[in-house]
Formats: sequence, structure tokens, C-alpha cells
Amino acid sequence: MTPCLLALETSQNACSVALSMEGAVIGRWERLPQGHAARLLPMVDEVLAEAGIGLVALDAFAYGQGPGSFTGLRIAAAVVQGLAFGIHRPVVPVSTLAVLAQSLEATHSLIAIDARMDQVYWGAYVRDSDGVPELVGAEEVTAPEAVRLPEGDDNWLGGGSGWDRYVDRLLPHLGPRVRTWHPDLLPDARHLIPIASAYWQRGVALPAEQALPVYIRNKVAKRSSDRE
Amino acid sequence: MRVLGIETSCDDTGVALYDEDIGLIGHRLASQGPLHAEYGGVVPELASRDHVRALLPLVSDLLLAAGPGRVDGIAYTQGPGLAGALLVGAAFAHGLAYAWGIPAIGIHHLEGHLLAPMLDPDPPSFPFVALLVSGGHTLLMDVEAVGCYRKLGESLDDAAGEAFDKTAQLLGLGYPGGPAIERLAATGRPGRYRFTRPLLERGLDFSFSGLKTQVLMAVRAGLAEPQAHADLAQAFQEAVVDVLTHKAMRALLTAGRSRLVVAGGVSANTALRAALNTAVTKEGGSVHYPRLEFCTDNGAMIAYAGAWRLRGAPHTLGFTARPRWPLEDLYSLP
Repeated sequence: MTPCLLALETSQNACSVALSMEGAVIGRWERLPQGHAARLLPMVDEVLAEAGIGLVALDAFAYGQGPGSFTGLRIAAAVVQGLAFGIHRPVVPVSTLAVLAQSLEATHSLIAIDARMDQVYWGAYVRDSDGVPELVGAEEVTAPEAVRLPEGDDNWLGGGSGWDRYVDRLLPHLGPRVRTWHPDLLPDARHLIPIASAYWQRGVALPAEQALPVYIRNKVAKRSSDRE
Repeated sequence: MRVLGIETSCDDTGVALYDEDIGLIGHRLASQGPLHAEYGGVVPELASRDHVRALLPLVSDLLLAAGPGRVDGIAYTQGPGLAGALLVGAAFAHGLAYAWGIPAIGIHHLEGHLLAPMLDPDPPSFPFVALLVSGGHTLLMDVEAVGCYRKLGESLDDAAGEAFDKTAQLLGLGYPGGPAIERLAATGRPGRYRFTRPLLERGLDFSFSGLKTQVLMAVRAGLAEPQAHADLAQAFQEAVVDVLTHKAMRALLTAGRSRLVVAGGVSANTALRAALNTAVTKEGGSVHYPRLEFCTDNGAMIAYAGAWRLRGAPHTLGFTARPRWPLEDLYSLP
């Protein structure tokens, strides 16, 4: 049985929600540099109305955990906390890099998104036997020059805003193994649904208070002692 | 009406449940003080990260202790404050309100502070003059009733609490500075340093940035022995207390009120309380302080203000934070 899931995604310059019910997916997506907070719950309300169901019909809430805009990540996480706690449902966190990998028609994808400060958030994904993108190694934040591919396969597809801004710093060392890339890729909650459904079937169902962002970049300020 | 209040505007996560018929049912607070102490001040991104971790466990604990009972609305601090921190409270409040099918409403942080004394078992009656002194604000307001406010004066530069924090930093006392200065000042001897009282004889506005500069000059001139530190803290505190007391008295006179309500973190200062008590009672008036825990940021004051503002409030699904929400907007709220 596929679960009835509501997915929320606000990690980058787009705001989206998707509802999966009996194999069908209803979604909303808007390119939105900011103002996610103003659109997110109205979108939730719209998809539920279109499906003709109430919130209590849901099995769980999924959301894009990051990496991405810190504020954006917290908007989805905190709204999901409120929704899930309110009706006693579990949550299913999904990496926003995995969501981008899911949206590419490729078995091997190297996702890199702009992390500002001359860095990218990146991760290499390979589809598993269920067709779900699985992370190889770890998600990291580094200079574009430090992005690395796993050994082996030579047919990778690039994707994400990092391939827009830093393509000239990614290609020199990755070029031979990454032949094409999609720099305009933005996450869509519709692509979150298959991943969250697979996780759900594998038993991922966390309590509402664990609907937290995964920032990857964790050093965000200098301690007084660091400044000496 | 029973209201869940949520406060996440700065470095404290506060939640509370207030019932119009029963009063305050419970409240919880998670302070981030130690987290920011290492950085010498509040780091906005770290504050936001902590709120999103701390908020739900606090709400869960609060509701569990309160037992069953319908919540009729959720009130959260919409501003002013740190944008990222405010958004955490707003997002959670709206998510939960949507799940429960109840309204959520954004509250002006300062209205919360102005109404905090009303949470007392024996609240002051309206009208009164409120002196709000915290790290972010120094403000005198005439409060005629709930929702009926008039600004009498405010700081033109630094807030009083900010002056305490900056002076503490200059003396190497760490953050937050208020309690540290107060402890040190207690052993200080009056008379060694003398700081000017800015704008003392003029109007109801405040200025504390010059005082900070004077402290800096004194520190630069050299503070050899520990006693000099204590003497300086004493002189600094005396100057601030003098100014606040003087202006509060003038505000009572100007507005023709006899009751003074003092709120905000600086109102915990015992030297300030002693000076205000003496001055106001001498004139036949009375001074009221919210419970110590409601002097600083808390969810209870937001829940209380929410019980008032939620009446007839529309259900809205979209939300925003208002980090720079002007105080003047309070006068024209419906």
C-alpha cells in the first residue's frame, strides 16, 4: 500500500507542496525567491481541497530537510512540526539534494547547489533497485573545486544551481565524467513523494519534534575565543 | 477563550496557555543565554536554529501538564525581533492552528510587555504609565486600556539594557550584562566616577549612547585595581537609574497618572526598583512590576494579548514575520 502523504518543500527559490493518494499525486509549485511563508499553507489547503480530503486522512508528513536556505528550511520544518503534532502523525524527512536527483532522468546524478560564500552543497546519487536516488558517500559543503565523484561509473548527470554559478570551477576536474548538466533545476515536492513513500515503506516514521532542518553548514558564527 | 502563546523573537523560547476564565494555566521557557554567551551576544542564526529544536518539546510538555481541554486560538510574536527567529514561531503556530482548525494571530512584542502586569493575581487597574526597559527597548507609554496606547517617550539611540550589555562587555563581564553589572555595582563606592545624565531635564526621550562612550573613556584611562571596576559599575548603574527614575516621574506627571508599571529585563534591577519605589510612593502613587519571570521575554504575555486580539480575528493561512514592526501600528490595530 502506498501511504497517503503530504510533502512540503521550501528550501530554495521555489515553494511547493504535493499530496499523494492512492497512487495519484496532486501538487502546487511556484518559483518564489522569498515569501514562502505566505504561500505554503494556502497551497496545502488547495491540494487537500482538490483531493476532497481532510488533514486526518494523511498517514504522514514529508518535507525537504535541506540543505538550502536556512530560513526556508525552518519554514517547512516548523510548519510540518505544527501539522504533525496537531493531528498526531509522524514525519518523513528527505534530503533536498535527493529531491533534485529524483527529478533528473538519470541513474547517476551529481547534485550541487549554490551555498554562497564561494561554496556548494553537493552529493552524488545513484538510483537503487526501487528506483530511489541513494546517496553515495556524504552530503558536503565545499569549494566547487573540492567536489568529487565516486570511483567507477563514468556517466553522470549534473544538476542544481551550483552548475549555474560555478560551472567553470566544476568542469575542469569533473568534465570528462559529467557530460551534461541542468543548472536551472529547482526542487518540487512532487519529486519528494516517491522518495518519502519508499522511506515510509522501509519504516521511516519520526515523531513531529524530529522534523528538523539539516543545514550541512554548521559553523555560522565565530566564538569570542576564536577571534583572539 | 483559551489561548496558546508562543514567543520566539530573540533568544528565549517561551510558551504559555492562558484561559480568560481561569487565568494563566501554565508556561514554559527555554533560555538560550549560555549558547550565545560564547559569542559575546545573540547570534541570530544560532537563535533560530535553537528555536526550531526547542519549541515543540516545550509546547508538548505544557499541554501535557495542562491536561485535556480545547485550545481556541494561537498567538505568536510577529515582531519586532530577529526575522529568522520570529518565522519559526509563526510557522509552527500556523501549522498547528491549521491542524486544529483554529485561528492564529501575530502579536506585537511590545504589546505583550505592556500587558504583562495584567497576568498578576492582583493586576494594576487602568490607566497607568508603563516604563519598558529591556535590551531592545526603552519606552514610556500611557496605557489607558487594552489596545489603547500613547507613546510618551523612547530612547533616541541605545536601549538601557543595551547600555548594560555594552558596559559589561567593556568590563570583561560577559553576556548578558545586566545581572553582572548589578552584582559588581553592589561593592562599588559612590563618588569616584561621575557620569552625565543625558537629556535629564528635557522631555521624555532617552539617550544612552553618550553614557557608553563615557564608560569607554574611563576604561581606556585605566582601571588598575578590582575596586575601580566596581566603582565604575556603581557609577554607571546610578546614572541609568537616575535617568529612568527622573523620566518615569515626569511621565506620570505629564500623563496625569498615579500608577507606574515597569517591565522588561532591566526592571529586574534592584537598584532601579528601590529608586522608583521611593520616588513614586513619595508622590502618593504606586509602582507595579510583573512577576520576575514575566519581566523578560515570555509566552504568557503573548497568550494574554492574544486572548484580546483573537476576538473576531480572521483565519489566515499565509503568514509573515515583521522584524521592524513600528510601535505606532499598535494604535491603529482593529
